[in-house]
Amino acid sequence: MLRNRSVVSIADIGNDELSEIFRIADDMEKSLKSGKSLALMNGKIMATFFYEPSTRTRLSFESAMHRLGGSVISVAEAKSSSFAKGETLADTVRMAEGYSDIIVIRHSMEGAARLASRFTNKPIINAGDGSGQHPTQTVLDLYTIKKELGDINGKTVTIVGDLRYGRTVHSLLLALARFDTKVNLVSPPMLKIPDYVMSMLPRDFRVDVVDDLQSVIEDTDVLYVTRIQKERFSDPNEYQSVIGSYSISNETVGSMKQKSIIMHPLPRVDEILPEVDLSPKAAYFRQANNGVPVRMAMISLILG
Amino acid sequence: MEEQTLKISKIKDGTVIDHIPPGKALKVLSILRIDEKDGNSISIGIRVMSKRLGQKDVIKIENRDLEKFEVDKISLIAPDATISIVKNYEITEKFSVDLPQRLVGIVKCSNTNCITNTKEPVVGEFTLLSKHPLQIRCNYCERTMNEKEATASLF
Ligand SMILES: Nc1ncnc2c1ncn2[C@@H]1O[C@H](COP(=O)(O)OP(=O)(O)O)[C@@H](O)[C@H]1O
Ligand SMILES: [Zn+2]
Repeated sequence: MLRNRSVVSIADIGNDELSEIFRIADDMEKSLKSGKSLALMNGKIMATFFYEPSTRTRLSFESAMHRLGGSVISVAEAKSSSFAKGETLADTVRMAEGYSDIIVIRHSMEGAARLASRFTNKPIINAGDGSGQHPTQTVLDLYTIKKELGDINGKTVTIVGDLRYGRTVHSLLLALARFDTKVNLVSPPMLKIPDYVMSMLPRDFRVDVVDDLQSVIEDTDVLYVTRIQKERFSDPNEYQSVIGSYSISNETVGSMKQKSIIMHPLPRVDEILPEVDLSPKAAYFRQANNGVPVRMAMISLILG
Repeated sequence: MEEQTLKISKIKDGTVIDHIPPGKALKVLSILRIDEKDGNSISIGIRVMSKRLGQKDVIKIENRDLEKFEVDKISLIAPDATISIVKNYEITEKFSVDLPQRLVGIVKCSNTNCITNTKEPVVGEFTLLSKHPLQIRCNYCERTMNEKEATASLF
């Protein structure tokens, strides 16, 4: 169903396709565990263009393609090569089309991946566009919730942190709205969810903007924490005061339900104290590990 | 009612833009880039009575045709406007503006960090989400814009 299609926004993936990705990601995980190598993408080439730095997303895309038996070509510093020479993204993509079967793009501007998809017939995967979308992250987040808690429906998800610029939050919220979930949004006032994101949610979707994490922590099944970037604050003292009131400690974890999890797209800085890592509720490293099987599933469905 | 509008003036040849929401006529003129330098004679009726709208604005411009892109722009702020072409005092053609489902090259995205605001070879492209109130979504960055933002960002 995803065959030969670009994945730019979470809206490009229907619910049936999501289930199919989950099913195949499970298979991929099993084959990764068994240690046997796959040859599904033999002879296929993935080109990656990261105009913005990335560690996890890039490594997990490249690892996924290698695990499938395919190969990867990439521009070490896309920003310093084509972009700096003044080449448009449209031209870069038309050039890359001849060199690869699938193109992965991370860019600092919103809409970059959509634009790229208009200039090539090869499938484009959006690996993050500015504060826009990051659909493969969202799929792996949903996969993690399902795997950890058995189901996405019926869950209360509390999202904490930078809800304004955090692109993972915007895609995730739109995706959760497609399930029977309830969402609480907790953020400092200056980093609250933009109106344009709220306006994209269905009217009957249960979403509450709350000031105080404590007031919703006991009802939370999934605590999704995002990074509050220092750069967003002009005054370092303001950052310190904000981060203090939003950081997750063992005390926070103590008020959580028995069967609940803490997620984070990583890298985390001060938002989750290291002491929390030992709790079985700390799912963020397991979440990061899900990146490879989920991307393997998506690549193999697109190029299958 | 008809009499009241006609009282404003009769034109020999030109265009009548009718059923503009009350108070929006001046905005329509600015879309058409009609200013003091424009040589045509123009009559404007603001808040005149209308059967259909209660009140409406009307603009009559002598010796001026509208381009398709101008009609599309007008449709953003006056989605129910009717346009009549007058030849020798008679209406020879009459049509309603039609706010297209897909708006291409009419509005520029108001998100400064949108890829369409760079030197990439594309123009602003939007999907109509709602007519009343106006809401459009950028097909690239997916941000939505309301009437105020859209009319402030016309090409
Ligand atoms: N010769 C003319 N000069 C100027 N305005 C005219 C002329 N003929 C018609 N109109 C105006 O054009 C508009 C459309 O006319 P008509 O189709 O009769 O009205 P409506 O669509 O409101 O029922 C009206 O506002 C009318 O006053
Ligand atoms: Zn845009």
